[in-house]
Amino acid sequence: MEGIVAVQNVSKHFGDHVVLNDLSLTMGRPEIFGLLGPSGSGKTTLVKMIAGIDAPSSGTVSVFGEGMPNLKLMGQIGYMAQADALYEELTAKENLEFFASLYGLNQAKRQKRIVEVMEMVSLKSDLKKMVKDYSGGMKRRLSLAIALLHEPKLLILDEPTVGIDPVLRKAIWDKFESLRDNGTAILVTTHVMDEAERCDRLGLIRDGEMIATGEPGQLKRETNSSTIEEAFLFYGGAGHAN
Amino acid sequence: MRIRAIVIRILQQFFRDKRTLALMLLAPLLILTMLWLVFNGKDYKPSIAAIDLPSSFIAKLNENDVKLKTLPYKDAMVELKEGKLDAVISHSNRELQIKLEGSDPTVNKETINKIQETMKELSPEKTQAKLSISYLYGSKDMSSFDNFGPVLLGFFAFFFVFLIAGVAFLRERTRGTLERLMASPLKRWEIVIGYVIGFGVFTTFQSAIIASYAIYVLDMLMNGSFIYVLIITLLLSLTALTLGTLLSSFANNELQMMQFIPLVVVPQIFFSGLFNLETISPWVRWIGPLTPLYYAADALRDVMIRGKGWSGIATDICMLIGFSLLFMLLNVVALKKHRRI
Ligand SMILES: Nc1ncnc2c1ncn2[C@@H]1O[C@H](COP(=O)(O)OP(=O)(O)OP(=O)(O)O)[C@@H](O)[C@H]1O
Ligand SMILES: [Mg+2]
Repeated sequence: MEGIVAVQNVSKHFGDHVVLNDLSLTMGRPEIFGLLGPSGSGKTTLVKMIAGIDAPSSGTVSVFGEGMPNLKLMGQIGYMAQADALYEELTAKENLEFFASLYGLNQAKRQKRIVEVMEMVSLKSDLKKMVKDYSGGMKRRLSLAIALLHEPKLLILDEPTVGIDPVLRKAIWDKFESLRDNGTAILVTTHVMDEAERCDRLGLIRDGEMIATGEPGQLKRETNSSTIEEAFLFYGGAGHAN
Repeated sequence: MRIRAIVIRILQQFFRDKRTLALMLLAPLLILTMLWLVFNGKDYKPSIAAIDLPSSFIAKLNENDVKLKTLPYKDAMVELKEGKLDAVISHSNRELQIKLEGSDPTVNKETINKIQETMKELSPEKTQAKLSISYLYGSKDMSSFDNFGPVLLGFFAFFFVFLIAGVAFLRERTRGTLERLMASPLKRWEIVIGYVIGFGVFTTFQSAIIASYAIYVLDMLMNGSFIYVLIITLLLSLTALTLGTLLSSFANNELQMMQFIPLVVVPQIFFSGLFNLETISPWVRWIGPLTPLYYAADALRDVMIRGKGWSGIATDICMLIGFSLLFMLLNVVALKKHRRI
């Protein structure tokens, strides 16, 4: 098995601005991998490459053993962008139906999945609402529902829970764990410490470099810290995780 | 199936945005009607001076809704020059002589019509007096609504589709949905074809409405087949759609999309035959054949004015198809910026 995600020595620059510098990352088995790092550290840039919509300046990115971008693999990835990409003038249901058809779900499957994912994010009663009438957190949840629609084997979620209240956030993370237990690998970026604690493994990114990877407990033990935040400060020296 | 999904989505978005829908369908009709009223005002009463004409003729002419004056020939000619009169009628050796002011084709036509009507009413065909028409300014060959109408039909098809398709695609990019589409297994050409069909369905509808309104309601001159008019406007819309989506990748917001109107859309009018191409400076004349409207306007005129059929417009049609294919291809290539494959 080639592993689920393999990022090898990837660098990325825009002009002469280096955003990612010789970064590597592997996800071997279905797990929840959290990318933690300050704003502007390059998390979004990295996950976009794994999702196949951005290309590294050097280095390689492969998913399920094949180089990205690859149209066949894209059908097995669920991607949720940091900014909601929704058709505001359509209803939630129309958005879901559109994306479901893009991923090739047939009519019966589509209707079943739409109900399932909307239940998962507690939006089932708002299916007929126009997206422009949704609140910020509701749009976020709809984006998540769309990423889950086609039961992808790899979920790439860029700050999925921003603007979602703690109770619902906890429920969503419970769902992530049950998805993982059923074999879905999840790559998630976050700023939130209690979410970081729930990841199986963490990658700490600063200024485009992976400064540490490991299980949350292990990172804390190694640095003699009681919180992930402290551990981050230890590895990164200056800078903070928010 | 993925293309169908895009087509359905575009149509759903159209029907949600009622204002844009109305703009695309009603604005061309409104502008056409206004131009028609301006250039084809049926209520115009020509001012005519009659010199030494039989009183029976003058009486009949009066019934035909004209402003009639009787004054000496010399004064009449002065007034004609000053634009106070539209025509002066006189006669010699059983020949009726009409001198028209001539600068406005609509007025010329109206005046001649009125006089001919009067003559018909007065005498049976055979004994009718001969008519000799001369122009103070201009000539009988000047263009009018009938003449530039076909160009307008083409222009509206182009303008509105260019703008709306361009903005739709621009939004897809600026709102992040294009990136989201690229993260799905959708192929680049599928997006382009989806847009072409989605907007194509709509523009077919739009072309049919505009053309039937112009021809059947405004009574625009129509000597050819309606289906050709539809085909030409539809193909022109496709070039507008594909050019609009292509250029939208060079715009960062809706306002910048509007900035393409004076750059890309308006100049096409100059080369579409609205102005005589022979008299355009050679420095810019070469631009004409590079613009889609040039071919569409030529084809529309061939059909509507000259009543030509397929053989007369085949070259123009091929050029329009060529433009669309080229722009579509460039669109697919431009999308490479967002995903390598
Ligand atoms: N298209 C681009 N052109 C130029 N610079 C870019 C581009 N995209 C990202 N960057 C730069 O790359 C750096 C990393 O951006 P990125 O979005 O990956 O950060 P991030 O870790 O996701 O931040 P946040 O937590 O705020 O989302 C930033 O300095 C940003 O300005
Ligand atoms: Mg980010």
